[in-house]
Amino acid sequence: MYKYALFGMSALAAGTAGASAQTLDEVMARGELNCGVSTGLAGFSAPDADGDWQGFDVDFCRAIAAAVFGDADAVNYTPLSPERRFDPLGSGEIDVLSRNTTWTFTRDMDLGYRFVGTNYYDGQGFIVPTDLGVESALELDGATVCIQTGTTTELNLSDFFSANDMSYEPNPVETNAEAQEQYLAGSCDTYTTDRSGLAATRASFENPDDHMVLPETISKEPLGPVVRKGDEDWAGIVQWTLFALITAEELDVTSENVEEIAEEGSDVPEVERLVGRSGDFGELIGLENDWAVNAIAQVGNYGEIFDRHIGVDTPIGIERGLNAQYDNGGILYSPPFR
Amino acid sequence: MSPPSPGPPQERFRLSMLIYDQRYRSLTIQIVFMMLLMGFAAWLVDNVITNLRAQGQDFSYRFLWQRAGYDINQTLVAYDSNMTHARAMFVGLLNTLLVAVLGCVLATVAGVIVGVLRLSTNWLVSQIMAVYVEIFRNIPTLLWIIIFYTLVTIDAPAPRDFAGDVPLAAAWFGGAVVITNRGVYIPEPLFANSLGSVSLGLFDVSLDFAALVVVIIASLYANKKLLDRASARQATTGIRPVTWWKSMLILFLPVILALLALGFHTENAELAGFNFQGGVHLRSSLVALWFGLGIYTSAFVAEIVRAGILAVSKGQTEAAASLGMRPTLTMRLVVLPQALRVIVPPLISQYLNLTKNTSLGLAVGYMDLRSTLGGITINQTGRALEGMLLMMLIYLLISLTISSLMNVYNSRIKLKER
Amino acid sequence: MTRHDKAFVRDAIVPERAPPVTESGVWKWMRENLFSSWFNAIVTALSIYVIYSVVTGFAPWFTNSVWQAGSLSQCREILDGARGACFAVITERWNQLMFGFYPRALYWRPTLTAALFLVAIAPILFTGLPRRMLWFSAVYPFLAYFLLWGGSIWIPVTAAAGFVFAALAFVILRRLLPLVAPVGAVLVALIWWLTLAAPVAEDLSWIAPVELQFVRSDRFGGFLLSLVLGLTAISISLPMGILLALGRQSDLLIVRMSCIVFIEFIRGVPLITLLFTASLLLNYFLPPGTSFDLILRVIIMVTFFAAAYIAEVVRGGLASLPRGQYEAADALGLTYWQAQRKIIMPQALKVSIPGIVNTFIGLFKDTTLVVFIGLLDPVGLSNSIRSDTAWTGIYWELFVFIGAFFFVFCFGISRYSMYLERKLTRGHN
Repeated sequence: MYKYALFGMSALAAGTAGASAQTLDEVMARGELNCGVSTGLAGFSAPDADGDWQGFDVDFCRAIAAAVFGDADAVNYTPLSPERRFDPLGSGEIDVLSRNTTWTFTRDMDLGYRFVGTNYYDGQGFIVPTDLGVESALELDGATVCIQTGTTTELNLSDFFSANDMSYEPNPVETNAEAQEQYLAGSCDTYTTDRSGLAATRASFENPDDHMVLPETISKEPLGPVVRKGDEDWAGIVQWTLFALITAEELDVTSENVEEIAEEGSDVPEVERLVGRSGDFGELIGLENDWAVNAIAQVGNYGEIFDRHIGVDTPIGIERGLNAQYDNGGILYSPPFR
Repeated sequence: MSPPSPGPPQERFRLSMLIYDQRYRSLTIQIVFMMLLMGFAAWLVDNVITNLRAQGQDFSYRFLWQRAGYDINQTLVAYDSNMTHARAMFVGLLNTLLVAVLGCVLATVAGVIVGVLRLSTNWLVSQIMAVYVEIFRNIPTLLWIIIFYTLVTIDAPAPRDFAGDVPLAAAWFGGAVVITNRGVYIPEPLFANSLGSVSLGLFDVSLDFAALVVVIIASLYANKKLLDRASARQATTGIRPVTWWKSMLILFLPVILALLALGFHTENAELAGFNFQGGVHLRSSLVALWFGLGIYTSAFVAEIVRAGILAVSKGQTEAAASLGMRPTLTMRLVVLPQALRVIVPPLISQYLNLTKNTSLGLAVGYMDLRSTLGGITINQTGRALEGMLLMMLIYLLISLTISSLMNVYNSRIKLKER
Repeated sequence: MTRHDKAFVRDAIVPERAPPVTESGVWKWMRENLFSSWFNAIVTALSIYVIYSVVTGFAPWFTNSVWQAGSLSQCREILDGARGACFAVITERWNQLMFGFYPRALYWRPTLTAALFLVAIAPILFTGLPRRMLWFSAVYPFLAYFLLWGGSIWIPVTAAAGFVFAALAFVILRRLLPLVAPVGAVLVALIWWLTLAAPVAEDLSWIAPVELQFVRSDRFGGFLLSLVLGLTAISISLPMGILLALGRQSDLLIVRMSCIVFIEFIRGVPLITLLFTASLLLNYFLPPGTSFDLILRVIIMVTFFAAAYIAEVVRGGLASLPRGQYEAADALGLTYWQAQRKIIMPQALKVSIPGIVNTFIGLFKDTTLVVFIGLLDPVGLSNSIRSDTAWTGIYWELFVFIGAFFFVFCFGISRYSMYLERKLTRGHN
């Protein structure tokens, strides 16, 4: 694309993506995927010391890029605060929003965005210092609560406290980092956000053991990637990339063995279809037939991504819980590749 | 009688006259300009319509009447999460105005003191004030707000530190003022025999305060009458009757009586549970924004005051002295009226800037108009276009109100020249 | 015996005596300026106490400061309980604070741009320098764009060509149709930019591919971003502000009304709402499928903002001119633009200098607001540095550093404006 952006008038010539139906074409032409991620949440999306983005949500962007271009590094990350996360999607600044965003009715149906699935089943919780002497969220009457503005947590919090006939003092902050600072400085008694975020935040503390996540989960937070409404083809690519990662784990296809399977084939028909040895699933969504192989080989299947960034062996240390496969006690359930 | 002057030579209209003839040229330019402008506006509106349609949205302010669902920590009027977005917006607007007024007062008080001291004959004092002015006005206001916020949230003690057998922190003035990292608590005025309050639709008015205001206005009026009578007496007889004790009586006795009748007392904040309860809670965000804006603006006010005083020529003071006026009288009757004429217009434009800068409360989580309407409401409803336009309109109305007040003042104090 | 009428008659001049010790030199100065009265003496003592406590309060923090450490905890180990600043964060993040995420290998480009900026600005600031240097100043914006963003050199060249063509068109048209010359020039430039420039630049870069590595705008950050935003907006807003001020004074009703609406609207809303408009709403007002660089959008908004303020300052300058100046210009038969250029503007601008400079300083300080739309200026970087676990909890060192940077710039500009004011008044007398 010819980049010509010197003065306002000529800048109009510098079209990038828009709210039109050819996101895939535009992404292809650009050679890069524009992906919106969170401004910094350890394990989910945070820049490392070299300024490269790492994390669970980031890897999902990488998987899409791998599926589309065969190159997981062809991604351009735009860090977005919760308040500003949707508009860049509408304006075409980003192609997909992969930023712990809760799937709700109004967001999906009213706002012109489309949720394509859930990559993390979460719920809202509270973190408190252990020396506060609080064991349950029901003891938080009168507490000052740090909360990120522009999130669903804000509404859940209000509902939770009024349902239990308790009062609280909201202390609104813009980013997770700010909330962390305020919480550690004691400006608020507790910080509330999705439990995954709390685990990530707690892991980054100097003394994680001085803080505990309260047992109550006060909401359902299915987090998932979001695309613009009105481009079903692109939504399909994002959606089925997610399903491919989940199916791969279910069928024991990993980054280690996926290329071998793609070469030599498998006895399981669905694996054959997943790796593009039978059927033309790739062509049906406008990609190469080895799209899923690229995504799995370069990024790993769902379980690998989970374990690498937020699993029990990482500092974040989150159990699979709801996010285990359906045949393993969780509710992760991908439609079949058929 | 001279014959009627002949009109301009009758010329047949030619197209080139649209450009070359002075009479038509301005018309031509304006019409072309107008067409370009309208074309541009039409283009914008058309784009908005197309874009909204593409996103499957309409343009509507119905969202204002939906349930807001979020809580606001600082509410000057009754509010809870079951009220509408419009109500939340109103609460935010009041918070904006509150911090704007507080900031303007602080900026004026600090600015006048610094500005006057800057002219002090004491070299050291004037240099210290010069440093104050330069430091505060050459560093961005946003940075000042963040600095004050860090001061009050990170460096102040937590409420927990006040508890325990050996508290780590103590309240000031015998428990009256408590400075914590969640804000400053000051005593709350309360009335034992409260008259209650009346609802005025949008908000409730405390009858106690209303009664006090009425009493104060009445005694001020009575005092003015008294002084007028004294002046009239002085004009006729040449002797001014002694009035100071009467004034005192009129000004203070009714207020004290009213306070006693209402059972006025104050209540200090007490640590209860997680936080201090009772008292007036000035949240960290309010304190930081107030001081950040106020102190930053005070540096500009100081320069304005200094320039204003310097603008009154020395001859004026000398002339007043030669008429036998005492210095206080000179200040009040000669210097100040002239200095104010120079000071007030730029002062008001500083107030205007301060009011607009309250939107920087975003940096400290202050729940102003921008954070309620322009922040959470937009976010929960997804009505960015409608919300932003409405917010701009409100800010514009505030600004235009202040600047039209300034224009009225300017025309009233304008030097009446012959 | 002689009888004297007077009690005493001086018949010789009393020899001069040295002034009392306390009435000269340092003593005299101190007596007059510090201890002129009891009250003043007390005030002086108080001031000295204030200075003393401020200095002793802050001095250890600075003198104990640590400049080399990998993290805040290392700093604390080195300090070993003493109170001291940990400026190591500045040393370690120096590049980031200066250049943001600009590619490390290309730091020479912004540095060179800054150095060339000094060369370009010199002839504008100091009239003593050779006038020929102004040509470099004219070329500089295009050069700076090329150096900072990179890409093909033909983009800035073709953009600059638009101005050259406009100038040529103006010169040619002035002979033939003097009155449409300005319009024609603008049209030529517009047509060039909108239709021909892009393909021509593309062809040229195909023929002669001279290019630097392209750097995306979102890589800009730190003081580089502040300076790019501030300086670009300043240089564009001045001419725009002058035009707006003239428009506001114009006899043409529609032009005047539009200028008033524009100025009052921009001045009536906070800059932050304009920035939000740039980052969130602009895509509503543009045709579907267009969007352009965020930094460019911000520059446009900040420029509008500054231009509206400058327009008001210049209007004040225009209003201060006596009516006779306009009438004299008319009497000489000068056209509107001639009168503006040769008589009105030089005087009005001179009066407006302090106001214009104050607007510039304000604009430069206001560039910090871009942190709210996700650009990483120094204030934004201070937040992101703190979110790194190594530096969590570091505040004052960063604030002091950022504050000092802005102070040096703004204070410097305001001193220059005082110098300029003095110079111009002297020239007038």
